[in-house]
Amino acid sequence: MKSIRNYKKTQPAISTAALPDIVFILLFFFMTVTTIKSETLLVDNNLPQANQVKKLEKKDRVIEIYVGRPNQDLAKVLGSEPRIQLNNKIAHMNEVGPYVLQELAQKPDAIRNLVTVSLKVDKNVNVGVVSDIKEELRKVNLLKVNYTVFQGNSQ
Amino acid sequence: MNRNRENPEVNAGSMADIAFLLLIFFLVTATIQTDVGLDRKLPPKETIPPPPVNERNIFRVSLNKNDELFVEDGIMELKDLKMAAMAFLDNGGIPKGNENHCGYCKGAGSPDASDNPIKAVISFNSNREASYGMYVSVQDALTAAYNELRNRESQRYYGKNYVDMEELYYSGEMSDGEKMDLQREIETIREMFPMKLSEAETISKLN
Repeated sequence: MKSIRNYKKTQPAISTAALPDIVFILLFFFMTVTTIKSETLLVDNNLPQANQVKKLEKKDRVIEIYVGRPNQDLAKVLGSEPRIQLNNKIAHMNEVGPYVLQELAQKPDAIRNLVTVSLKVDKNVNVGVVSDIKEELRKVNLLKVNYTVFQGNSQ
Repeated sequence: MNRNRENPEVNAGSMADIAFLLLIFFLVTATIQTDVGLDRKLPPKETIPPPPVNERNIFRVSLNKNDELFVEDGIMELKDLKMAAMAFLDNGGIPKGNENHCGYCKGAGSPDASDNPIKAVISFNSNREASYGMYVSVQDALTAAYNELRNRESQRYYGKNYVDMEELYYSGEMSDGEKMDLQREIETIREMFPMKLSEAETISKLN
């Protein structure tokens, strides 16, 4: 009798041995579902807002083109005219065509005609640059474009 | 001597802290990126010139370099554009009984606006110096006009929204049979209000 009463009185500490496991599961979950921003933005990229949007479902079917004014560090060298960023470097208008073709060549055959070009253009950029890019894309016959935006009420 | 023989356990209490630190690091650096945007299809380079379109079937929208919106030569505010575009598309100008009469249109039947949504073309021109933000807003408003009309018809026929149907279709979470049905329904609605948004060459820069 005495031993049972004694056992009740000393409450055992809750084992926290499983806590690291739980946290690791959370960690792995986040590591798998998120994507680390692979591209460092060299240009300002304040996207416009729109409502009637569709999702760009599959990452592997998207080629991204960024357009915007060079960010603060680069503005000293490049000035403030809008620039095009292709895959981590600032590019000229006539490099757009070759770049998308090169990206396209790396995609598997099956999805080549499903590839969309995502135009991530700063909202303060002039339309002229965008229409020049679209013209370049028409030249290489890549006709699916997506004006990538933030979802929200426009202006 | 006694203490050495006991072989003490490794203290794993701080393991959780390390894991938490890693977790927080990933939460901060990673973003769950779901890009959204407006899909458009560019016209192919070598096109046969389009057949001439009757002027009343063209809805002219343009942006000048000061981001001012002109609709059919009159200035208009962005918030009115959607209603104006819907009124144009849904007009149904051909009287009942004639060929090409639009049975599902609920518009005013004005002689100045489109005959039939199938024939209606929206022509959007933008000056090169207009801002991209405004350009996207206009595209958004025009898409909204089409979507609302399509939603209306798809509610009437199938009791669901066109936008939802499209989203479901692209998510691809269904059997092949359902997918075929859905595709047919989407195409039916698209045929009723085909999106003819012409963006012929942008107006060249004025020097």
